[in-house]
Amino acid sequence: MTRNHVGSARAVFDPFPISKFSQKDASGGVSLFSAQSSNSIKISQKKVSTKIVSVMATPQSERKPSTTGSVKTGMTMTEKIFSRASEKSQLSPGENVWVNVDVLMTHDVCGPGAIGIFKKEFGNDAKVWDREKVVIIPDHYIFTTDERANRNVDIIRDFSHEQDIKYFYDIKDLSNFKANPDYKGVCHVALAQEGHCRPGEILLGTDSHTCTAGAFGQFATGIGNTDAGFVLGTGKLLLKVPPTLRFVLNGEMPDYLLAKDLILQIIGEISVSGATYKAMEFVGSTIESLTMEERMTLCNMVVEAGGKNGIVPADATTFKYLENKTSVPYEPVYSDGQARFLEEYVIDVSKLEPLVAKPHSPDNRALARECKDVKIDRVYIGSCTGGKTEDFFAAAKILLASGGKVKVPTFLVPATQKVWMDIYSLPVPGSGGKTCSQIFEAAGCDTPTSPSCGACLGGPKDTYARINEPQASVFFLVCVSTTNRNFPGRMGHKDGQIYLASPYTAAASALTGFVTDPRDFMH
Amino acid sequence: MAAATSFANPAAFSSSLNHRFHHQKPSPSTATFNSTKQPLFKPLISQSTLAVNPTVLRHASVVASATPDSSSSTSAASFHGTCYVVRDNIDTDQIIPAEYLTLVPSKPDEYKKLGSYALIGLPASYETRFVEPEQYQSKYSIIIAGDNFGCGSSREHAPVALGAAGVTAVVAESYARIFFRNSVATGEIYPLESEVRICDECKTGDVVTIELEQSLLINHTTGKNYVLKPIGDAGPVIEAGGIFAYARKAGMIPALAE
Repeated sequence: MTRNHVGSARAVFDPFPISKFSQKDASGGVSLFSAQSSNSIKISQKKVSTKIVSVMATPQSERKPSTTGSVKTGMTMTEKIFSRASEKSQLSPGENVWVNVDVLMTHDVCGPGAIGIFKKEFGNDAKVWDREKVVIIPDHYIFTTDERANRNVDIIRDFSHEQDIKYFYDIKDLSNFKANPDYKGVCHVALAQEGHCRPGEILLGTDSHTCTAGAFGQFATGIGNTDAGFVLGTGKLLLKVPPTLRFVLNGEMPDYLLAKDLILQIIGEISVSGATYKAMEFVGSTIESLTMEERMTLCNMVVEAGGKNGIVPADATTFKYLENKTSVPYEPVYSDGQARFLEEYVIDVSKLEPLVAKPHSPDNRALARECKDVKIDRVYIGSCTGGKTEDFFAAAKILLASGGKVKVPTFLVPATQKVWMDIYSLPVPGSGGKTCSQIFEAAGCDTPTSPSCGACLGGPKDTYARINEPQASVFFLVCVSTTNRNFPGRMGHKDGQIYLASPYTAAASALTGFVTDPRDFMH
Repeated sequence: MAAATSFANPAAFSSSLNHRFHHQKPSPSTATFNSTKQPLFKPLISQSTLAVNPTVLRHASVVASATPDSSSSTSAASFHGTCYVVRDNIDTDQIIPAEYLTLVPSKPDEYKKLGSYALIGLPASYETRFVEPEQYQSKYSIIIAGDNFGCGSSREHAPVALGAAGVTAVVAESYARIFFRNSVATGEIYPLESEVRICDECKTGDVVTIELEQSLLINHTTGKNYVLKPIGDAGPVIEAGGIFAYARKAGMIPALAE
């Protein structure tokens, strides 16, 4: 894999880096948008465990072309995507440009509102700009008796039929998802599996985790109903070109870590607003070694740092994944060597340890082993973040290695129908041919349920595995979850205590009934 | 105004807020406010008009007072009311928990209902309820917040719920990107930024006035004044009347047939 053009990832690696964030100011790194400087001030007040930050080098300040001796104005890959989509040869962060949208995705929660605005603004008889570029995926509130939720699926179905939408992944028989061959499940995973994510393109979706698709080297971000209504009618949207933060992740990934640990590390470092309005570009030898699903996990949670988009350069891994998934030609783009980055962070992955984000914020980072005394009540494995095939493989691997039984209810919610099938059919690597479902059953987990967003975001009261009650005891219900957010009330009851973790850590915790470092079950 | 999603500087709007009902063609000056036929100042504790017509509702919730004798072309909008104070990182699940997302904002009766659930996800440490039980609107028309207000999901239900509850403006130290853009896009609330952190100095129930023209927040209860940040580059879009009006003005999309 030669990606020298991404290059210049100067591995400034200080064995004893001091990464207190007050240095961010000293470096003069925050320069493009003075309004953002307040972030640095706030971050410097955060209490960050020094055990953890010691693997991250001091952020490097912006490198202007003039300082590199180049006369050509380099662009980041995010800027290049904007450049192509806006038909401008050159642009810089801060510019507002009209971009042509390649794919617009919406789902059952925001689709009805976006459709309402589209009809109001463009007329009742209006047609969407391109019936093949609108992807509509019911996934949020599907297996519920909530009448309004059911009605919302009807609304997107009626609209899809009326507009002859080519990619509408319908579900009608709620009693048995397998009776619905078109039904996929969680939109961000389905988009990838169905070939809607392609390098160099612009993907917008009415969901904040649309940024997941940045794993494919494209610009992908979440928008609201009103913007989506505009895109439905025009295929365009006015967007501001974001400046880019670059994260260089080097070193061999220890076998007890997953991409979830990497992104929790980064969010813990820069805070839940550290990347607000910014692109987060991930490069380095570790990133190159990640599978597509792991890259998706990484990009999925950039919004938890406030990021506008996350992006990973496309490479052989990307192209291989896309084989036989799409017939649409695509053209990858890469950051120039002279590209300007607002800041650059260098992380030595080999020194990281399994992490969690404690309640009630995704940046409330701690080492899993620091939380070993936290008694838990349940474990949840699912969502766009942690409900992919490889996430279940990872959980199964820990359960199998222990040979034991889970001590707390362990809920498994495959993201999509394909993931569900993989759980029941694919042999877990190194298991001697056992499937995830066999391993889960032997360990005493709940039977994998119907694919959907499930209880990741609470949802209607009858949602499977939703936190409906604070525990009857004096303590609040504690859940270790492979999902993405742990704000109060995220999974239902607002007193629920959610520890975000990797599938390894979640499975290890299920086995002990406490937050547990997965290394306890590895050799 | 939708374009503001990616606009870096959420800030005070020095001219009129345009609503999403752009076909009324509000001029960038006082026309918007004059057309609302609202009292010049929103009564401190009264509920805004509980109109079924979404257009009227919209105007009721984004009521702003225009100087009655303003003969100049510049607008002089201000918001007056009691404030509700929250801290940092108020995410969209706290503003409108996911179980209420089945309500579709573009349906008038469901829009109204969203207001009754505004900020219902705040933890119990917030002892004062934002919206009383059985009520559709809050007695607090201005929210004062810390950092990163509206982080989390892209749900437009969040600014809509606040607007439906009668909130006219939020003054925060900073915003999450999508929430800011959605606020502008929908015209539900003014997402204003303060120069300094004021959520530590104001208390729920304080009587405040926001003077948009002067980019000023006045806390009448404490007697302190605070400077708001000037408008960012969302300005041209806001002044045009939002992403739809902006695009129509530019000839990118055709005018709405009336």
